[in-house]
Amino acid sequence: MSMNSEGRVTRPETLAAADAPATFTGNRALMLEEALIFERDDYARTGVDIAEAPATSSRLGGLERHRAIGLPGLTEPEAVRHYTRLSRQNYAIDLGLFPLGSCTMKHNPRLNEKMARLPGFADIHPLAPVDTVQGALAVIDELAQWLVTLTGMHAVAMSPKAGAHGELCGLLAIRAAHDAAGSDRSMILVPESAHGTNPATAAFCGYKVENIPATADGRVDLDALTARLGPDVAGVMITNPNTCGLFERDMKRISDAVHAAGGYVYCDGANFNAIVGRVRPGDLGIDAMHINLHKTFSTPHGGGGPGSGPVVLSAALAPYAPLPFVAKQPDGSFRLIEEETADQDHPGSFGRMSAFHGQMGMFTRALTYILSHGADGLRQVAGDAVLNANYVLRSLDGLLDAPFGPSGPCMHEALFSDDGLAPGFTTLDIAKGLIDEGFHPMTMYFPLVVHGAMLIEPTETEGKAALDQFVGALRSVAERAKAGDEALKAAPAFAPRRRLDETAAARKPVLVWKDETLPQAAE
Amino acid sequence: MRYLPLTDTDRQAMLATIGASSIDDLFIDVPAEARLPGPIAGLPAHASELAVERHMTRLARRNLSAGEAPFFLGCGAYRHHVPASVDHLIQRGEFLTSYTPYQPEIAQGTLQALFEFQTQVARLFGCDVANASMYDGSTACWEAITMARRVTKRGKAILSAGLHPHYVSLAKTMARFTGDLLDTALPTLTPGAPGDDMARLLAGIDADTSCVVVQNPNILGHVADLSELAARCHDKGALLIAVVTEPVALGAIRSPGEMGADIVVGEGQSIGVGLNFGGPYVGLFACNEKHVRQMPGRLCGVTTDADGQRGFVLTLSTREQHIRREKATSNICTNAGLCALAFSIHLTLLGETGLRNLAALNHAGAVAAAERLATLPGVELVNGAFFNEFTLKLPREARPVVRALADMGILGGVSLGRLYPDAADLANGLVVAVTETSTAEDVEALAQALEAEIAA
Repeated sequence: MSMNSEGRVTRPETLAAADAPATFTGNRALMLEEALIFERDDYARTGVDIAEAPATSSRLGGLERHRAIGLPGLTEPEAVRHYTRLSRQNYAIDLGLFPLGSCTMKHNPRLNEKMARLPGFADIHPLAPVDTVQGALAVIDELAQWLVTLTGMHAVAMSPKAGAHGELCGLLAIRAAHDAAGSDRSMILVPESAHGTNPATAAFCGYKVENIPATADGRVDLDALTARLGPDVAGVMITNPNTCGLFERDMKRISDAVHAAGGYVYCDGANFNAIVGRVRPGDLGIDAMHINLHKTFSTPHGGGGPGSGPVVLSAALAPYAPLPFVAKQPDGSFRLIEEETADQDHPGSFGRMSAFHGQMGMFTRALTYILSHGADGLRQVAGDAVLNANYVLRSLDGLLDAPFGPSGPCMHEALFSDDGLAPGFTTLDIAKGLIDEGFHPMTMYFPLVVHGAMLIEPTETEGKAALDQFVGALRSVAERAKAGDEALKAAPAFAPRRRLDETAAARKPVLVWKDETLPQAAE
Repeated sequence: MRYLPLTDTDRQAMLATIGASSIDDLFIDVPAEARLPGPIAGLPAHASELAVERHMTRLARRNLSAGEAPFFLGCGAYRHHVPASVDHLIQRGEFLTSYTPYQPEIAQGTLQALFEFQTQVARLFGCDVANASMYDGSTACWEAITMARRVTKRGKAILSAGLHPHYVSLAKTMARFTGDLLDTALPTLTPGAPGDDMARLLAGIDADTSCVVVQNPNILGHVADLSELAARCHDKGALLIAVVTEPVALGAIRSPGEMGADIVVGEGQSIGVGLNFGGPYVGLFACNEKHVRQMPGRLCGVTTDADGQRGFVLTLSTREQHIRREKATSNICTNAGLCALAFSIHLTLLGETGLRNLAALNHAGAVAAAERLATLPGVELVNGAFFNEFTLKLPREARPVVRALADMGILGGVSLGRLYPDAADLANGLVVAVTETSTAEDVEALAQALEAEIAA
């Protein structure tokens, strides 16, 4: 117990949270419990004043909905409080470092939000006459020019809705190109370390999938890949920088080998943040690559989307790009190429892959971010992202096992294994310990090629002091895991919830509110 | 640069820790010929917030926004008033800058909101369960077709003539590569045509049919009873997939689930999200409990923590790509979390009372507008039953009319020529949507401009 000069206690003995007395409400000061909207008893309330409908005859064809729907309502003060309380049970970039590897959780500039909400962008209809939305088409075109130039590619398809949707776009373009050549290749090769979306996407558009092994230094095994290439291989999907946080040194040779065997190269661009402004994928022989605007170009992740996944294409695949797209005319105005004129303007297109023009709200944000940084700033983004990751990697030397650490610098993320933890202690324990330290954990158990993988991506929007604090916290937690500190198994102790039983949730799924099936909250 | 906290002093100190002499040295694994020596030529350098705002505002001014004009566009995207608190709440950093809730102990806010969203969607659609969202209505529709293929192990889908043509277009794109068979048809402007299409659907279901996909209200605004179709599907072992592009309609008309649909998908944009020139939107996806393990997308479920307290987690992830890889039910990863939150908040503010009142107001406005516009010389109302959107058959091609109306400052509807450029029979069709944002004065302005333009 410490006291000041007047003898007043300034630092009381703390009780472990679990030992603190129960409160009447279940709340703990600023940690406020919040019931479901369905647990209130009043379904008649509303928070929207709506003018009374004038009396008219119904034209609903006898389909009037009579039965109650079961939608509770809240007045505005109640709703604001409900969602504000819920929000406080979330960790977020705005609260602290969010080192989720491969997810690029960087700061989301608020100017992006302000620009996306200009009525000229937010309040325009996707089917509005093209003459009335020239500014929107200009945004799409300007962003497209940036993406093409930054990647050194030939064209870009803007409509994919997220990274995995972009993968789909790229693979459909590859299939369309093979179809046009009269080839029925059926196989896509994917490295073992790939994101799960890669094989899932290949299967989603009708391809078979085969894994390519990695070398001991965490990269694609060029010899194994070359040996597998053949007349059945439509293409390969490579992540570069890869999910081990390493640049695929042999990328150009891989591309050349795949091309020589008649295939195409898809690059998963999830990790473009590491190389933006410093390396152009077009120089490495890539045929298609998606760019997650919600990673590299700072559009917010929003608790799981919306994302946006434009796909840059090589000259070989550009003729097959999806509809619709924006074309600039000689007079400087913009035109939309849709189904109507596709036969003349874009006869090879594989067709439409979403209802409208893509994630316009993300385009305005990404363009705002790109213009803010400029070509020089974006180069610095990649440099600082890589610097921060290497700083974390080296600051943990001798404490955590970095399977590819000895081979040299990493790119934008640092990868560790669970080797050396005390028996019974796992990556999960370290993750949950970090929660108590006030950090979001790193990506766990991915990539699959490293046992108990911990993938740490600090991003460039963290300063040195924030990194030092994170490294200190991770060192402390890792030391506890190596020493076998049983208290770590109980982490997190200070989060809104302690460890949650995911097995029970899956065994008997309760996915919607039903009064009789839900367990009651503990008093 | 205002978004980069490292100083040069920091960088030097960190490089010393790493044992590198420069940041360029950290890119040693990139072959020298692929390393760019400096910023890419021909691109502008960084800019101040003021300068960027000026540039973007100039571009925004080149658009005619819906709020500036009498506005009647629909066909899959609807303009409704969104309460100010919705946008305020989704901009709280804890929602805006959080990630997919992989660490549930510190993501209970997102997870509880998703659980509430799933329940709201399931109830609105009349289904047992709903997922935590898809990209949009069009992609949700294709996912439903593939789910029906997995459930029934059959490969033929029959699409109604009233399904949004962009949704049909997307399905055709995908089916070309997956080998699914699609039976499609074009809508017509003949009064009574929805009945003809219903007859086509009923007659077409056979032992190879995985599903029938029907939109309600459909692309022309028709509303229909799906009960007989559902019964026929079930007799033949097929699933009925209903598509809802205007969920506000379900405050007035019976839900697809109530009418027997097995899977209900939709575009959630019209509640809480805004027009945004087509995205981001939010795909809604609901089905019956027995098919839940064939569902795509994230699912949030209830569980307890180590202290026995109720909590929420992502669940049934063995369906998903990060676990099942090429055997997953879908490749979707990122969905539309923040738009789902906006949808849920708006629906919570409305509640049952507000949604029903909003739907009633929309319907009344649309009925009044349809009656007024049908009095114009040569103009025919195509619909028998409709909700807040209907189709007019003009005495001339609608597309130039829409363009001329825009020149007069009126966004007067969607011409079917834009949606079906190859269908001459549809060229005179104009689809008009009337929501609570359209005033009686707006309707009158449209009526007078339309009359003048038709006569021209």
